Amino acid sequence: MPEDINLEIFNADPITEDVSDAAPQAGTEAAPKTYAPLDAAAESQADLSAEMKSIGEAYAEALKNGAKAEIQPRLDYAPYRSSVLRHPTKDLHHADPETIELYSPAFGHMDVHALESDLTIQHNGEPLGERILVSGRVLDGDGRPVAGQLVEIWQANSAGRYIHKRDQHPAPLDPNFTGVGRCITGADGSYSFTTIKPGAYPWKNHLNAWRPAHIHFSLFGQEFTQRIVTQMYFPGDQLFPLDPIYQSIVDQDARDRLVASYDHDLTKPEWALGYKWDIVLTGSKRTWTENEAFGTAGDDNE
Amino acid sequence: MSNPTKLTPTPGQTVGPFYGYALPYEKDRELLAPGSPGSIRLQGTVYDGAGHPIPDAILEIWQPDSEGNVVHRTGSMVRDGYTFTGFGRSAVGNTGVYTFTTLNPGPTEPVPGKPAAAPFISVAVFARGLMNRLFTRVYLPENEEALAADPLLSSLDAERRSTLIARRDADGGLTWDIRLQGEGETVFLDFEGAAAGGAAQ
Repeated sequence: MPEDINLEIFNADPITEDVSDAAPQAGTEAAPKTYAPLDAAAESQADLSAEMKSIGEAYAEALKNGAKAEIQPRLDYAPYRSSVLRHPTKDLHHADPETIELYSPAFGHMDVHALESDLTIQHNGEPLGERILVSGRVLDGDGRPVAGQLVEIWQANSAGRYIHKRDQHPAPLDPNFTGVGRCITGADGSYSFTTIKPGAYPWKNHLNAWRPAHIHFSLFGQEFTQRIVTQMYFPGDQLFPLDPIYQSIVDQDARDRLVASYDHDLTKPEWALGYKWDIVLTGSKRTWTENEAFGTAGDDNE
Repeated sequence: MSNPTKLTPTPGQTVGPFYGYALPYEKDRELLAPGSPGSIRLQGTVYDGAGHPIPDAILEIWQPDSEGNVVHRTGSMVRDGYTFTGFGRSAVGNTGVYTFTTLNPGPTEPVPGKPAAAPFISVAVFARGLMNRLFTRVYLPENEEALAADPLLSSLDAERRSTLIARRDADGGLTWDIRLQGEGETVFLDFEGAAAGGAAQ
């Protein structure tokens, strides 16, 4: 139930270090809300853009020489400064998934209430901002619908502020918007959320770093190997070329898979604009029976 | 389903710093009530390439029950205190430490034509600064014979192999650290390569 969204959990925050990647500014805890001071040590967008450009050019060259198109972000992508010490340096080890990895946890309406997919009704009043619908289908790499599985989302409010206490962006919190939603996919793999369009958001990767507006998505497939966490973006965002997280996916076709499309058929008159975004998980590693292929996991099988 | 369409997967992205109000939920790390019969603690620290604990990582585990059965029961997000669902989620604390209360996983049925796998827990790792989730496994330290026959472990050299095997604590629990980078870097898995079933040309 929306009212059960637990404020204690917001405060049970695992993050103690500054979420910025630049050195913390002295005295920020006591400082009044001001815009981040210019930090002489911080790198400029031009520096970062040049780095990203050279990685992009090297990739284009590799493609020309017959390299395979990359479909995932690079784990080692230095322009996102926090990744430098947080990526494995050894190649991922190829493994055949076994036993438990060929199945997924089961989720259902015992776990998620139907109203949790509407992020605009979790408080007494209406949140501020542009109301939107975000809908699509979750499919596996073989085109099968991922039915009866858990989708979780979280996002900033319309002003670009997360409710998270470590978010020190001096933009207003919205008492009527938490920014967390969940749903269980339908038999056809469909999901749908009602929410508010999130604002762009500043972070401290470098000086004047802004994230394009995005919604975080967490998805389960029918096999644990299909588990992903990702971000959905909005079409036409001017911040795409400047953002190291979006750019960590070096292939343009792959990047485009994270961008929703505006869908006028989804748009509801006098109510909300509609965005459509289909999500494709990796292909199945399991030999499926007909029942499994057409059935659902969880308790969504009415 | 005879001629399925091949689709290209959607890329992952980092979980970012602000999952703390979204992904954790009540009793997320308690697959069993702490102290209940058969329960053990699985714990460890997540480290970065400088050897520092990472305070903003979040882990998920997925495992069979103590008999080796894959559980197909809902209720992971709203725990009733009795149903073992096999799934748990734990954000690390300030010192990079995660904790789960769970069961020792039992040995699962061997895949026909393949040697028996030693019991393990499947793990997904997410963190700010980590561009995409990583998969790995944590094996129980007992039963050397099964460990030696395990297809994954036997494909690794001794040092790499040791990163996937937990230590048994005096209280019966398991301790297992994750190193994202550097000395003792944990083995992370790719299920999509040519070695993965079905994808071979």
